[in-house]
Amino acid sequence: MSTIFECKDLTKKFGSTVAVSAVNLKIERGQIIGLLGPNGSGKSTLIKLANELLTPTSGNILIDGKKPGIDTKKIVSYLPEKTYLNDWMRVYQIIELFSDFYDNFKPEKAYDMLKSLNINANDRLKTMSKGTKEKVQLILVMSREAELYLLDEPIGGVDPAARDYILQTILRNYNENATVIISTHLISDIENILDYVVFINQGKVVLTSSVDDIRDEKGKSVDVLFREVFKC
Amino acid sequence: MRWELKSDRPIYTQLTEQIELMIFSGVYPLGSKLPSVRDMAQDAAVNPNTMQRALAKLEEDGLIITHRTSGRSITEDARMVEIAKIKLAQEQISEFLEKMQLLGFEQKEVLTIIDNMVKEMKN
Repeated sequence: MSTIFECKDLTKKFGSTVAVSAVNLKIERGQIIGLLGPNGSGKSTLIKLANELLTPTSGNILIDGKKPGIDTKKIVSYLPEKTYLNDWMRVYQIIELFSDFYDNFKPEKAYDMLKSLNINANDRLKTMSKGTKEKVQLILVMSREAELYLLDEPIGGVDPAARDYILQTILRNYNENATVIISTHLISDIENILDYVVFINQGKVVLTSSVDDIRDEKGKSVDVLFREVFKC
Repeated sequence: MRWELKSDRPIYTQLTEQIELMIFSGVYPLGSKLPSVRDMAQDAAVNPNTMQRALAKLEEDGLIITHRTSGRSITEDARMVEIAKIKLAQEQISEFLEKMQLLGFEQKEVLTIIDNMVKEMKN
């Protein structure tokens, strides 16, 4: 296994606020990783740094050994926390846009998933509920054959049944060499599909462990451990 | 098949136990082919790596055989299944006996109770 995602003394400051603080982290290929932390802990900042939407104040972030840029964007499929798609577009138009934009985008996969979630490709985003929009966006992201999927809060706004389907979608669409990093605080919903968890608080990594090790050593679920570690 | 995963124990050990039960109860008969790791993982809504680990454990115990090219199947050796079954029974019985001890029963008394219950069930 080789490293797909690495942070070396990574720090990001906004003025005097430290959002990410001297993070050292190494993630190997072929895993599903939970990036878990309370609100404002630095999860989204870390993911944005990986996508070159932000640049580090100091330290390095490397995707497949390279600094975020054109080359890494080819292999990274990113689900941002907020939608960036144009509201007036119809789903099939967005699919065309993605096909033009990304070599590794598979439209047939997208149409397949739209069908199982009963979403009409002729509908405009504007007319959809918040949850449905989120589903469309995740479908687009998972229809790329990427090496690294960075999913920022993918299940926040959808109902429990759709949540199950989305998790199934993630399981089905990532291949053995791909890596999925999911940031969320809805832990109990996703902990069964995670290999590994990274706990982050106030910009610092406070714990990294495999899910089975946590259960083995502490006899409790990741969800329970999270509530203990981040007790208010 | 409905998978039931509790939150306080490693997932792969629970998967191992439940697949064992499926083998014992004939859901997967001797010599039958297992679905792919991917399909089984999806069915149980778990990570494929976790399912892989559970199957590796069963392979170690001799219940599952991996073929180099054609996936996995259940062993054809009824003896292996019998051994695993007895081992599981022993584990459950020793757990039960410990509980009875806590209740203050001698082993002989426990046997008498079991005997009587079995007779009653026959009637």
